[in-house]
Amino acid sequence: MTQAAPIAARFRQVFDGFALDVNVEFPARGVSAVFGPSGSGKTTLLRCIAGLQRCANGYLRIGADVWQDESAKVFRPVHQRPLGFVFQEANLFAHLSVLQNLEFGRLRVPVAQQKLPLAQAIDLLGLGALLHRQTTALSGGERQRVGIARALATSPRVLLMDEPLASLDAQRKAEVLPYLERLAAELEVPIVYVSHAVDEVARLADHVVFIEAGRVAATGATGDVMTRLELPLAHGDAAASIIDAVVSSLEPQYFLSYASFAGGQISLINSQRKVGDVVRVRVQARDVSISLLRPASTSVQNIFSATVVGLADDSPGQVMVALSAGGTRLLARLTQKSVAALALVPGTPVFAQVKGVAVLR
Amino acid sequence: MLLLLLLPPLLPLQPLDPSALQAVWLTAKLATITTVLLLLVGTPLAWWLAGARSRTKSVVGALVALPLVLPPVVIGFYLLMLMGPNGPVGQLTQSMGLGLLPFTFSALVIGSVFYSLPFVVQPLQNAFEAIGLKPLEAAATLRASPLDTFFSVVLPLAKPAYITAAVMGFAHTVGEFGIVLMIGGNIPGATRVMSVQIYDHVEAMQYSQAHTLAAGLLVFSFVVLLGLQWTNRRASLT
Repeated sequence: MTQAAPIAARFRQVFDGFALDVNVEFPARGVSAVFGPSGSGKTTLLRCIAGLQRCANGYLRIGADVWQDESAKVFRPVHQRPLGFVFQEANLFAHLSVLQNLEFGRLRVPVAQQKLPLAQAIDLLGLGALLHRQTTALSGGERQRVGIARALATSPRVLLMDEPLASLDAQRKAEVLPYLERLAAELEVPIVYVSHAVDEVARLADHVVFIEAGRVAATGATGDVMTRLELPLAHGDAAASIIDAVVSSLEPQYFLSYASFAGGQISLINSQRKVGDVVRVRVQARDVSISLLRPASTSVQNIFSATVVGLADDSPGQVMVALSAGGTRLLARLTQKSVAALALVPGTPVFAQVKGVAVLR
Repeated sequence: MLLLLLLPPLLPLQPLDPSALQAVWLTAKLATITTVLLLLVGTPLAWWLAGARSRTKSVVGALVALPLVLPPVVIGFYLLMLMGPNGPVGQLTQSMGLGLLPFTFSALVIGSVFYSLPFVVQPLQNAFEAIGLKPLEAAATLRASPLDTFFSVVLPLAKPAYITAAVMGFAHTVGEFGIVLMIGGNIPGATRVMSVQIYDHVEAMQYSQAHTLAAGLLVFSFVVLLGLQWTNRRASLT
């Protein structure tokens, strides 16, 4: 069984009121976010992949295994697909304890196919203390963690997650997110993660499939898709770019560490990282300012030389400017007046001053 | 119940004579067999009704509910016609060498199944609807086949409804009279159940004997319903 093979999905069908028409490939590794506004068909796509919904005109291949090919009348029922599914509201079995929930799927998988020991799933999601609880006695965040571990315990070839954080409040979300990051980092299993929350996508995804009105509007690396000016992701208050960098040096006396990427070096404060660690930081578009000359005598530490690659109107009076810093894309939200004053056009060489970065992982 | 408390001084309870005991035994046997059959027939029917969205669903739902409003005598009458020598069922059973069903224990079982059907189907249907699709989908993504899911997820989740259905089906069958009289008649050991026996005693003005059996049925029904209330309360508390 080859674990590292991409997932090819083609689904075309008109459901009541909206048409799904996608032809997309998910990488064999890492987290692919299926991102888009509510009602765009993200969940329908995920359910079609799982086989929970049978698309009359569908094709799905995981590596070399074809799970659905309606042109050849092939449709593997859900229970015969080695997948893990995490529902928006956990869907734990109310009549079973936490441990029995975790065992439910695992016991139905042939021993030879059990790759991930139950103990590891329990450990990954920090469930050791909850095993003998009734599921009704769990908090929302705990329920979701049990749901994830339950899916993992079946040693799936792909883990499908349907907005696993959407039903949680901000505090619970913050409690579950680190577990998801751990999963993404430690598991070889590809994850298809449906979400409409930019911050989750920015933190977790390596790859983004952007869905709009049932169609794939864009697909690519997270940092790329998030900064494409023609997409809604790159607009509004939450617009941000991400930089993947490697910690290259430390300055402990200032509690600083420096991480390098193609466009330069970012300084991070209090990041507790070691040299060689891979970090992902998020830079909010509203935290980036631009000057034509290298700013001297400024308190801002993070200044990158960059080139304007695009401009697009954002809200009235505001312009979103896309920059390339050594190939890494950054967004800067400026006022229309500043753009006019600096005469920014594609190709203008500038310096981007970044007032704040958030280490995502 | 108050009425019952007032009666004993007027009507002494009497030990049951062999024919009454036979009626009690027959009633218990009929109710048990009927309940088992009802659970077997009612489960797929309730499942289908809970899931179906077609217009047939309303029709079948209404048919199942008919015994709730129809006089048992009417059901008994039509069953008698169907199973009689000129009815389609009667001709079928005759051609299969089974003879005619009316006035046999089998006829009572068939009649009781129709009569008590809504009392079993409705609680099950409500439970299946309340469980919904979500646990089924979760089970499917955890490698459980549909049949496996039914036994390992649906059945345990619907347990309180099954208890209600079984108790209601049993108790309701114990109390039937009209259908029994129409298609079963009054044959000791074969079709003379408790309700018919009570009627016989009253006809013969043996009020004490009638009272003994009637009081037994009354207490039985009350205890059963009380027990059901308790289990349902406990189930809703947990």
